Amino acid sequence: MTHDALAERAARAPVTKAAPRRPGRRGGPPARSRRTGSRWTPWLYLVPALAVLGGLLVYPIYQLGLISFLEYTQAQVSGGEPTTFQGFGNYATLFADDQFWQVLLATVLFAAACVLATLAAGCALAVLLTRVRAVPRLALMLAALGAWATPAVTGSTVWLFLFDPDFGPVNRVLGFGDHSWTYGRLSAFALVLLEVVWCSFPFVMVTVYAGIRAVPGEVLEAAALDGASQWRIWRSVLAPMLRPILVVVTIQSVIWDFKVFTQIYVMTNGGGIAGQNLVLNVYAYQKAFAASQYSLGSAIGVVMLVLLLAVTLVYLRLLRRQGEEL
Amino acid sequence: MSILRGVVRRPRRPWRLAAEASALLIAVVVAFPLYWMVLSAFKPAGEIESTEPRPWTLSPSLDSFRRVLGQQEFGRYFLNSLVVAGTVVIVSALVAFLAATAVTRFRFRFRTTLLIMFLVAQMVPVEALTIPLFFLMRDLGQLNTLGSLILPHIAFSLPFAIWMLRGFVKAVPEALEEAAYIDGASRARFLWRILFPLVFPGLVATSVFSFISAWNDFLFAKSFIISDTSQSTLPMALLVFYKPDEPDWGGVMAASTVMTIPVLIFFVLVQRRLVSGLGGAVKD
Repeated sequence: MTHDALAERAARAPVTKAAPRRPGRRGGPPARSRRTGSRWTPWLYLVPALAVLGGLLVYPIYQLGLISFLEYTQAQVSGGEPTTFQGFGNYATLFADDQFWQVLLATVLFAAACVLATLAAGCALAVLLTRVRAVPRLALMLAALGAWATPAVTGSTVWLFLFDPDFGPVNRVLGFGDHSWTYGRLSAFALVLLEVVWCSFPFVMVTVYAGIRAVPGEVLEAAALDGASQWRIWRSVLAPMLRPILVVVTIQSVIWDFKVFTQIYVMTNGGGIAGQNLVLNVYAYQKAFAASQYSLGSAIGVVMLVLLLAVTLVYLRLLRRQGEEL
Repeated sequence: MSILRGVVRRPRRPWRLAAEASALLIAVVVAFPLYWMVLSAFKPAGEIESTEPRPWTLSPSLDSFRRVLGQQEFGRYFLNSLVVAGTVVIVSALVAFLAATAVTRFRFRFRTTLLIMFLVAQMVPVEALTIPLFFLMRDLGQLNTLGSLILPHIAFSLPFAIWMLRGFVKAVPEALEEAAYIDGASRARFLWRILFPLVFPGLVATSVFSFISAWNDFLFAKSFIISDTSQSTLPMALLVFYKPDEPDWGGVMAASTVMTIPVLIFFVLVQRRLVSGLGGAVKD
């Protein structure tokens, strides 16, 4: 089967979503629930999932919050000293630290740049895919799948090698001599950004391409007959129809890019020279596991959790506004 | 595809050629890092550490692979990675299947609440939970074992898997279920003999994500496998060759190639279902 057929089948769904909902289809409960004895069946099916999530997700979140309010360093871990309650002491320490604000700002800016670049590249290439014949399309799809499938660790080392000052081909081709990309703060962030965009644009491209395929032809025909330019068609017809898909890929990208860990850790060797390339995730890791400041690391984790939860709430509101039914 | 093509005015010929040329060019650029990785893995030592890197090699050698496979129990790490990813895929697929069936084919109190919780759970930054998980694994006696990698990854891949499977479970007609019960099938029989095979393609698509997150995991491997290196996984093994001052690039590239190939194979095998599965997840 070709990619087109697939993508088409995949994306037919969002359009039916936009169509007016047939009444009664979702209204009443399925007949099954009236069967006796079925009241507990769903809960029975849910037991394994809830047990796993409760033990390995909810409980750790509770623990994370708890540790962030305690004094918890190597002494307490080994049992040498009793744990003491600090109240908001750890947060006070954290918020008084200039480095924390620097890292927070760097994280937000870096994530924003990654998201924008990923979305721009993904959407542009999705549009490009609709303009070309099968062979170039297949080539681009395969290349993108390859980048998508590459593990973060290997992607990081390969990009480092490409930009290596001594043996990398990029400096040779661009004539940069032995310019080191990881030395300067901005150029190190830029290098990581390139790798992140490289491995995350395929998700956006494939999803948006699937969405474009599903837009009914008549709509585009009408726009074209009315003399709309390509840009106008994209802005006034395609983008609004693709809104649900664009919301999903944007939120996913925000979440992924906000918590980049492997790329920063490997490419800048644990946060760059003097910590210049730290992002929150790596910062929390370094505080906890390198400096044994488990409570400070947990407080950073709580800050991340709260920020991402805020993003999630925005996402839920957007879904609601679209009249999405769960 | 003919829909779009036939209806939007076909771009004039030079424009289409330009578009196709740029598509091919971008494909080459996107694929280049992978090409360079495989190429460097096959280059002899002298050519890798050369200040005049060439995009080809006339004397391919297996030296780097030999060094990688011979050193540091690489095979063992490979097997560890496979065990972790395989267990995560199978367990999370089964658990997610049951949960997805519960939330799509039944109506009960708190159903919507649960769904929203699954959605929120997807957003939790797992990396932020490394610290409490570290202590949890210590208390469970799982530090330095593969269990400390398997358990968290099952938990973290579940919410997305449930979310994605909903569409597939919903797509199975209810009439089929009624018919099965009328024919005297028990609930369990319907679940495993009828629903499970029908949802299986969706399970495969879902498993890509759990496979990749488990296979790629670097943070947990780094944090939980601290002293017993026989329990290490591939990402850690790869970094053995990567020392910031004096990296063995040939070794790194060969190890990267070995680590990337299983994921590539997995992707190629399931990519069709992946694309349709994504459509379903995005929609529902």
